[in-house]
Amino acid sequence: MSTQPDTWRKPPFIANPVLRYGLYIVTAVYVVFTLATLPIDWDRVSDGMTRAQRIFSGAFPPNFDRAGLLFDGFMESLKIAILATVGGIALSVPLAFMAASNIAVKPVYILGRAIIIIARSFHPVIVAIIFVKAVGFGPFAGALTLVVYSVGFVAKLLAERIEEIDFGQVEAMRAAGAAFIPTLVYAIIPQIMPRLVGLGIYQLDSNLRASAVVGIVGAGGIGATLANAFGRYDYDFALAITIVIVGVILISEAVSGVVRKRIA
Amino acid sequence: MNTSVHSQLDQWSRFTPKQRLIRYGGFALTALIVAWALSSIDVIWAWVWDAPSQMGDLFGRMMPPDPQNLPSILEAIWQTVNIATLATLIAVVVSLPVAYIAAQNTTPNKFFLWVGRFILVSSRSVNTIIWALLFVAIFGPGIVAGIVAIMFRSIGFLGKLLGEAIEEIDRKPVEALEACGASRFKIVLYAIVPQVMPTFFAVAILRWDINLRESTVLGLVGAGGIGMILQGAIDTFNWPEVSMVLLTILALVILGEVVSSYLRKKIL
Amino acid sequence: MLKITNLTKRYGSGDPVLKGLDLTVEGDQITSVIGSSGAGKSTLLRCINRLVEPTSGSINLNGTEFTTLKRSELRAARRRIGMVFQGFNLIDRLTVMENVQSGRLGYIPPWPALTRRYPKDDIRRAYELMERVGIAHYADKRADELSGGERQRVGVVRALMQRPEILLADEPTASLDPKTSEQIMSLLRDLASELKLPVIINIHNVTEAKEYSDRIVGMRYGRIIFDDKPAQLTKTEMDEIYAGVPAQDRAAVGAAA
Repeated sequence: MSTQPDTWRKPPFIANPVLRYGLYIVTAVYVVFTLATLPIDWDRVSDGMTRAQRIFSGAFPPNFDRAGLLFDGFMESLKIAILATVGGIALSVPLAFMAASNIAVKPVYILGRAIIIIARSFHPVIVAIIFVKAVGFGPFAGALTLVVYSVGFVAKLLAERIEEIDFGQVEAMRAAGAAFIPTLVYAIIPQIMPRLVGLGIYQLDSNLRASAVVGIVGAGGIGATLANAFGRYDYDFALAITIVIVGVILISEAVSGVVRKRIA
Repeated sequence: MNTSVHSQLDQWSRFTPKQRLIRYGGFALTALIVAWALSSIDVIWAWVWDAPSQMGDLFGRMMPPDPQNLPSILEAIWQTVNIATLATLIAVVVSLPVAYIAAQNTTPNKFFLWVGRFILVSSRSVNTIIWALLFVAIFGPGIVAGIVAIMFRSIGFLGKLLGEAIEEIDRKPVEALEACGASRFKIVLYAIVPQVMPTFFAVAILRWDINLRESTVLGLVGAGGIGMILQGAIDTFNWPEVSMVLLTILALVILGEVVSSYLRKKIL
Repeated sequence: MLKITNLTKRYGSGDPVLKGLDLTVEGDQITSVIGSSGAGKSTLLRCINRLVEPTSGSINLNGTEFTTLKRSELRAARRRIGMVFQGFNLIDRLTVMENVQSGRLGYIPPWPALTRRYPKDDIRRAYELMERVGIAHYADKRADELSGGERQRVGVVRALMQRPEILLADEPTASLDPKTSEQIMSLLRDLASELKLPVIINIHNVTEAKEYSDRIVGMRYGRIIFDDKPAQLTKTEMDEIYAGVPAQDRAAVGAAA
């Protein structure tokens, strides 16, 4: 009775059928191929299961006997994180101005962006290994690593904030005949200050996390304590350290969240 | 800012005395903490003053990069990409039910809510490297331990952000489908899934980008990828090869960022 | 026939929002419920399909007692009641066809729902209804690409896809401009007589209510104080419906704002 169609298909996300099915096939082949060629040695895995059991039975109950060592390691991590945050921010501010397209001239801008990209691209652990080789084991290498890590994050977001500023204030300053530096101080710094403080607190939190990791490759802090415990098969002490790290991370995340909310 | 009789004042200050006190207090406290950290940190200061020349020396030895081992470096890079991609794919699938039970408006009951939150927190708080240490002990050195480590870390990240997206959905379509008499499953399918889809893709792409970076260090604890070659080169003081590896990693990460921003634009 | 007897709804321990309300709706008439914000119009409508759980009383639709249904029975029973919302309540990122078919979700199995392979009958009916309200050419468009009036048409078609025995409309025109809002009202009136469907509309705009409905119910603070033909709604009745204790009025306005 009705002339209305009785079939309907959802319009596909990719209109071109060749491209669509091509993409499906490529994805499927990739997943199947990489999964199939995974070198899973099941003997090794079953062997590993007993090993895992040994690790876990060795780890329970966690051993807090060497709480002093744990505390020292943690305090060192905290110091590394604080110094790296301060140092990182001190470097980030000029770098952010260099990398803001509305402030810096082209060559300076490119240089600033390049430094930020390089700082961001390398995982802190890789940076830490290089620094450990260059300046020796210990917290100094850790602090340098986290300065680089902080710069990559803080300078990038700060540069983006500077690019968003209200340029009217800068023009007003220029119209009043102000020099370059006073313009920065009066027209731009106040606008980016809240963001800078927020980023600093966030970065302190993530530096604390990262310092637990870079220690594993010899850059000091609680991570070094953990790596030592793991290396000496003190799994119960390693578990105690891990529990403390997780606890501290949760607390510091909560604190930094609250502080940032209060400031914003 | 207020409009009271300010015209006769010849002094102006940006902050009220109390604000100023808080600000100065904040500065002083920060300075004090930094001074404490500096004075008590266990650092041999002679090394610190020596650091720039040491860095320069190391940098000098890295130049020029040595492309001799490039084929095996590229192979390891491909392995790194595979670790990141497979781990992200698996983690995405696993994180869906976790997000579902960890979101307040979809969780079946309080018990599942806390199970979900426990999974998310424990996954997120333990760093990839620490997961990798554990899984290398279980699976033996190699790419499998790396994939599982990255996956474990990603579940928490993906699950948390997806769970938040589920909690922020618009309730109205859900109400409409309830009024139609649709079952729970179909409400999820039609009213919730389409709403969290953009976040889902954005978060998965973001995590893939992060995982690419994380995968480069897995090799340092024996969990496969480019880090293995880097570790080998560092151990043998083959600095020109180290710089070659670093350049390749840089290229990989930048490429990853380009690809992920392209995908983001394409999908959203 | 929908028969509501002695319906009471109380949120928490406060004053009841609905106070022992009786209402019977039958045939294909359009019944408009008017009253100031906070009079309980929206609660009344949502109690009928138990989107809001009634505290006590009885709701009976063509022989089915709604208030005592269990979860799964309620789901089946809700399929017999279509609902149209003020905010349209569409799924923005899905196509118009998917939105329309979501009215049938209670009937189709999960797999076809997931793969969007809807039954032929449903698709034909969807096209017929969309043609009828003038949105058939939008079938493949995403719902958020449509204008307000078009979106509400999608909402109406979705409700009609259920082949409901009654249609509830909660402020269906409050988010629309005056012209579109009249179009939607006359559409509802025409559909009611074409499909022999009783319609209950909550509405703020009294002029529209008088023009498009067969019967007007005036509510004030949880009670029905007027129930008659539109012509009987005089200035005195209006004053009584919209008058109120000033303090309570203010509270209601504050809550709405």
